[in-house]
Amino acid sequence: MHKKIYVFVVLVSCWLLALPALAQDSIPAKKVEMADRLRADGKIYVVIAVLVIILSGLILYVARLDRKIGKIEKEIS
Amino acid sequence: MLRQKWWKIVCVAALLYTFIAGFLGPVPAKPILNETIRNLYFHVAMWFSMMIFFIVSVIYSIKYLRKPNPVFDIYALEYAKAGIVFGCLGVLTGSMWAGFAWGAFWSNDPKQLGAIIALLIYLAYLVLRNSMTDMDKRARIGAVYNIFAFAMLFPTIWIIPRMVESLHPGGLGGNPAFKDLDPRMEAVFWPGAVPGWCLLGVWITTLRIRLQLVVEKRILSNA
Repeated sequence: MHKKIYVFVVLVSCWLLALPALAQDSIPAKKVEMADRLRADGKIYVVIAVLVIILSGLILYVARLDRKIGKIEKEIS
Repeated sequence: MLRQKWWKIVCVAALLYTFIAGFLGPVPAKPILNETIRNLYFHVAMWFSMMIFFIVSVIYSIKYLRKPNPVFDIYALEYAKAGIVFGCLGVLTGSMWAGFAWGAFWSNDPKQLGAIIALLIYLAYLVLRNSMTDMDKRARIGAVYNIFAFAMLFPTIWIIPRMVESLHPGGLGGNPAFKDLDPRMEAVFWPGAVPGWCLLGVWITTLRIRLQLVVEKRILSNA
């Protein structure tokens, strides 16, 4: 079981390392407006921070629920 | 599998990667879509997860019909519920995205209509189950209906939207902005968004299954 996981992780990381070679930039014909300046200002990091807080809060909530159900399972068996 | 820990850690890592790389990572600059192209990591991942949950659900329904074990019925029901939740989130996020990319929150696009019909068919699964009080009958008829509901997914979301004009990518004429996915986006979508959201759904579903199993056990021990 652990060997399989290990092989999977190695394969995925090899693929991730090869990605920059696969990614080729194509120059757009017309300048398209993107939020580049927003990211340069660093403001996008605020959004990411907020989202990561929400995500970790939800994960923590689910993890605690997981532990509570585990306890009840032990009690009943 | 139900109580192991490693895949929950994989889930959290994949979701964190999706949220961070999904917003900071490079995306192709496309007109109209602009930065909303990043919705792919969230909106499309909902549908991938929904499809996987419905596949797992129908497998357990078939298992139940082959060998009527009530545990299989609990699995089929909870995975179908998870699929419905993710499907609803997919419709809502899609509608939000369409409001700003296509100019209307709802434009009766064939894929929008197909997805709604598919979800209604699955909601009928829950209604049908709750209309019966006999446990065995409920599980058996539910399993048969679940196979029908799964079969209906193919025409409603896989075949018809591809045969007609659609604003979604993949239809006739199709959406030129999404001709093929940028490899830089694939690097977030495949290793991050799809396994992350899918495993989160599986985690919540296994919790519901474990709760149902505990409830069932308590009923049996009290009787």
